[in-house]
Amino acid sequence: MERSRREFLKIAGASAAVGLGARPMIEAVAAATGHQATPQARVARHPDALKATRWAMVVDTRKIESAEQIEKMVEACHKEHNVPMLENERHRIKWIWETHFHNAFPSQATDHVSEHLEHIGLPVMCNHCENPPCVRACPTKATFKRASDGIVMMDFHRCIGCRFCMAACPYGSRSFNFRDPRPFIAEINKAYPTRMKGVVEKCNFCVERLAVGKLPACVEVSDGILTFGDLDDPESEVSQLLKENYAIRRKTNLGTGPSVYYIV
Amino acid sequence: MNDKGKIVTGLVIFAAVVTFPFWYNLGKAAPPPEVVLTEKAKAAGECVLPKEEIRTEHMKLLDVWRDTQVRDGQTVYINAKGKAYTMSLSNTCLDCHSNYKDFCDRCHAYASTDPYCWDCHIDNPKEGE
Amino acid sequence: MLELALKGTKKYWGLLVVLGGIAGVAFLTYLYQLQFGLGITGLSRDVSWGFYIAQFTFLVGVAAGGVMVVLPYYLHDYKAFGRITIMGEFLAVASLVMCLLFIMVDLGQPMRMLNVLFYPTPNSMLFYDMIVLNGYLFLNIVVGWNVLEAERNGTHYQPWLKPLIYLSIPWAISIHTVTAYLYCGLPGRGFWLTAILAPRFLASAFAAGPALLILLCLIVRRFTQFDPGREQIQSLAKIVTYAIIANVFFFLCEVFVAGYSQIPEHTDHLKYLFFGLHGKGVLVPWMWTSMGLMLGSIILLVVPATRRHEGVLAVSCAMVFIGAWIDKGLGLISGGFVPNPLHEVNEYMPTAPEVMITLGVWAVGFIVLTILYKIAVSVKEENAGVLRTRVVKG
Repeated sequence: MERSRREFLKIAGASAAVGLGARPMIEAVAAATGHQATPQARVARHPDALKATRWAMVVDTRKIESAEQIEKMVEACHKEHNVPMLENERHRIKWIWETHFHNAFPSQATDHVSEHLEHIGLPVMCNHCENPPCVRACPTKATFKRASDGIVMMDFHRCIGCRFCMAACPYGSRSFNFRDPRPFIAEINKAYPTRMKGVVEKCNFCVERLAVGKLPACVEVSDGILTFGDLDDPESEVSQLLKENYAIRRKTNLGTGPSVYYIV
Repeated sequence: MNDKGKIVTGLVIFAAVVTFPFWYNLGKAAPPPEVVLTEKAKAAGECVLPKEEIRTEHMKLLDVWRDTQVRDGQTVYINAKGKAYTMSLSNTCLDCHSNYKDFCDRCHAYASTDPYCWDCHIDNPKEGE
Repeated sequence: MLELALKGTKKYWGLLVVLGGIAGVAFLTYLYQLQFGLGITGLSRDVSWGFYIAQFTFLVGVAAGGVMVVLPYYLHDYKAFGRITIMGEFLAVASLVMCLLFIMVDLGQPMRMLNVLFYPTPNSMLFYDMIVLNGYLFLNIVVGWNVLEAERNGTHYQPWLKPLIYLSIPWAISIHTVTAYLYCGLPGRGFWLTAILAPRFLASAFAAGPALLILLCLIVRRFTQFDPGREQIQSLAKIVTYAIIANVFFFLCEVFVAGYSQIPEHTDHLKYLFFGLHGKGVLVPWMWTSMGLMLGSIILLVVPATRRHEGVLAVSCAMVFIGAWIDKGLGLISGGFVPNPLHEVNEYMPTAPEVMITLGVWAVGFIVLTILYKIAVSVKEENAGVLRTRVVKG
């Protein structure tokens, strides 16, 4: 980080880094166009960007009726992020997928699960843990937890493909590009990059959409099954939902603190 | 030492091999590349940074954009003139310069560099081109 | 001393050519992997580490095992081992070269390997693994080489080597401890999540490393003028005996904890390895073979008559080595990944290209080992020759 700051200043020809990036965009533009002696480049957030200190998702399993509903979420996500569809089962890449309650919650599975849960599938994805073991394991900080909003992200540029994070993740939420994914993307979304072979990828809570004021792609097509919001804001929809309903999280005994909740 | 002959021959061969690229290419200087600007780039008239700067510093700028965008969650770059751009190789740079073969590659080939940006960033984001 | 590696018999050069050939074919296979990606291996999104990382883990053990000749000689002044410490050190060098190569061939983006240095991350165990492995490689090259050179010149080694020698002893323990920490600190992998993993790794290391060393001593005696010595081999055999017993004991402790507590997260992996799970169990025959080999070797090693017989000892050592290799090189990694975190059983078996690349790395390791041993043995032979002429003249 230190290095890029320096580089940035060099390029921008700026003399001071005070407030760099911290100012809201409007103020920044005003300063640049207004009465500044030495104009300098700066970065800012998009004015519409959604803000939170801890993003979380609530899955209301009571609203799940059919596999098609989850199918829709998977499709929206994978299309948005250029996730390939590989023929080889072993190499498949999954950001969000459908699985059974027994698989999502192996230690909570009993012989007498409610009839509803027994018959539906659940959407599973990266849990964006509060205390993510994958981030602890990564030797290059290619996967990291964003301090500002708690999203666990991947920097594909930096990943060396050691797959330590895959061993560390207790949810099987990470996939590896065992080969060049491009030929297996049916319809390329040209606004989002693809990946190259040899790097790990996973759900990113749609950071690229949050940054321009949109909700995650899966949430938009979820028929109200998925709710997304800030857990630190007691007024947010997710906080309200969790206040009124009993929800469980996957493998809480491991101390990872998942940000995806399931109302059962 | 009676190995003098061998040593000298060896040295001559070594020197010849090492300098081979120089005399092989002697007098065959490649012409400086000419890049093609798309209509959109021409219409825009100016780039994120002044022409000379972007030409020599674009890789550094992209490096900073990458880290700021991916790691800090800032998505907008405001240049010294106060103009705002989305920090995105795919959606900003390659939107104007949608002809990477006639634009990016020309100089890269000349400078004998082989960046792999396009392995992931779609080379031509414009529909129907 | 390097010139000693250039004067050898036909057999010596023949061995190097054969190993070089294997390494060459493997290198071409690796180029294919580099171009296609790790998809040419049997790895999957569920079993994301396989043969390469397993070999790496096993070989860290072999490298650490070298300390079993260094420690008695330098700390307990056990003179007999002075003859063969160099063999332990050079075995460690060759093993570490293989370890580093196995990590390299396992990376998805090996060109970015230096990111580990550009963005040092002290919370990652791989960061420490990089430090201890490279450090141990450095220590063994410096100590081994200088002590051997001093021996050749008939002088005492330089005093500044002493602290490095002492440092190398705890360092040997550290390389395998940190390698165990790669696994045993991961939540949600019940098979590895055990405090006894590092001790277990060390026990199997101190069995497999010296077992290989005994075999190498026997080979050296057979093909060169240098005899590592009967006493030395017998002392190593006792070390192997205790270590393999400790290894099996630690394993049985694991079996007890998993089996008696009956916590599914822990039992499932053992069930998969030894009986198969959900009808899948490619590793079952391998695991029982491994157990059979290790238990059989214990009997052969404990009974004095069979331990003292060098022919039988060679067989027991091979059994220890192969048994530990299956246990660590096949079972440990696969066993930890199956069943996966969603309790699905997706098995792993290495593919042909993967095995080829693995063989290639072993070949490179044995090239290094052959050359280093050639140098060491030549020095020993020279010194013996000098002594002989002195005796004749006197």
